[in-house]
Amino acid sequence: MKRFESYGQGVPGTHLDDLSGWLIVIEGTDGVGRTTHVNRLRRHLERLGYAVAETGFTRSDLASRGIRRAKQGNTLGSNAFNLFYATDFADRLEQQIVPALRAGFVMITDRYIYSLIARAIVRGADPDWIKQVYSFALKPDAVFYLRIIADQLVPRVLADGPFDYWESGMDVPMGEDLHDSFVNYQGRIIHELDGLAREYGFHTLDATRDVDDLAEELCTRVTGHLTRKVPGAVA
Amino acid sequence: MSPDADYGRRPNPYPGKLVIVEGIDGSGKSTQLGLLAQWLRSNGHLVIFSEWNSSPIVKATTSRGKKRQLLTPLTFSLIHATDFSDRVERDIVPALKAGAIVLADRYVYTAFARDAARGVDRSWVRSLYRFAVTPTLAVYYRVPLEVALYRIMSGRPKLKWYEAGMDLGLSPDPGESYKLFQGRIQQEYERIVAEYGLATMDATQPVEVQQRALRELVRPHLHGIARDPRGETSEMRERWA
Repeated sequence: MKRFESYGQGVPGTHLDDLSGWLIVIEGTDGVGRTTHVNRLRRHLERLGYAVAETGFTRSDLASRGIRRAKQGNTLGSNAFNLFYATDFADRLEQQIVPALRAGFVMITDRYIYSLIARAIVRGADPDWIKQVYSFALKPDAVFYLRIIADQLVPRVLADGPFDYWESGMDVPMGEDLHDSFVNYQGRIIHELDGLAREYGFHTLDATRDVDDLAEELCTRVTGHLTRKVPGAVA
Repeated sequence: MSPDADYGRRPNPYPGKLVIVEGIDGSGKSTQLGLLAQWLRSNGHLVIFSEWNSSPIVKATTSRGKKRQLLTPLTFSLIHATDFSDRVERDIVPALKAGAIVLADRYVYTAFARDAARGVDRSWVRSLYRFAVTPTLAVYYRVPLEVALYRIMSGRPKLKWYEAGMDLGLSPDPGESYKLFQGRIQQEYERIVAEYGLATMDATQPVEVQQRALRELVRPHLHGIARDPRGETSEMRERWA
């Protein structure tokens, strides 16, 4: 059996048979602490001797500049934005994720198709449609979902600076001011992620716990996954 | 995935009309659409033109991807869908809501044909474009491959990498690759014509014969189209008298 398969028809022109490695996804909304946990997980795995690579939103060679530019003025249609993010993801899947897996790396991705699906649904996209758009994606080995509720998110985000226009869903918008829009928007994103967590079988972790405890549990559970599945092994 | 989840399940719900032309390069469709636009304008209709690959924001990324050959069949497909989606939201739907006649030189079928010719799954592409408005009238300009190739190649074109389908590795020679690629696209078009019931035009006929036929196809849909507030100009009256 192949180590990896896609949700749908796969990536055109790309063979998935020779992929090994592991694909680990950290999901969760803005400001939940993903970056901290990705960094700690990466250091942990590197100490254990794994080759680790990582990727995250809008880090593609192809589309990152265009998306940044489009975000500067709110001039791109909302559905076009959904597809621009899909382009960015597809480029990273083909140019970063697949090559890393082929080389046997542990690929940690800071969010995956699920957050992209959630943000599209909150902006009015048909859930079936946007899931079908992303059906070329590889099924990851595991998804760890750092869960929080919007009210608990507010002080964390504010401690790092003012509310971000996009993280507050102001392009929609979802409230009279940044605060209200942020709370409503993040609440809806989290609601969608909760649904996707059930549908795709995420491992849900309480993101409001002590950071060190959470990091330790995440490292232990990811390591458990890696030792259970040997890359390239015949299952 | 159920078939009704694909493109084309929803008829144009707006007061305006959407007329689109499709065909391989050199089929003469752009000439015909340009002539149609002049005729409609001279009759005082509000005409909006929408071209493939023209969203100002997305264009920079598409050009960058093409210039640096960063595009794969998947990202080629998605960046064009992004561009198209922006045009639907910003140009096409508002114009249709305002009751204009929107003319599009190439539409979703161009993506269906090109992407499938690049090996992208047909049903995935059809579902990708599900947000698109179904045209009021879609006309396919059917032309023998040799005729279209002669029209294009006799001008000694500088074929671009993706235009020639060089990314598919069909031939190291751009001219040869272009011919093979266009042939594949044409096969996909024939499949699409049957699948979506596109009107077909014999693109080997003289220009004026084709134009008359196109106007006859469009005429039944002109009732209730918004008028161009600028009205018809004396220049137009002279020209089309």
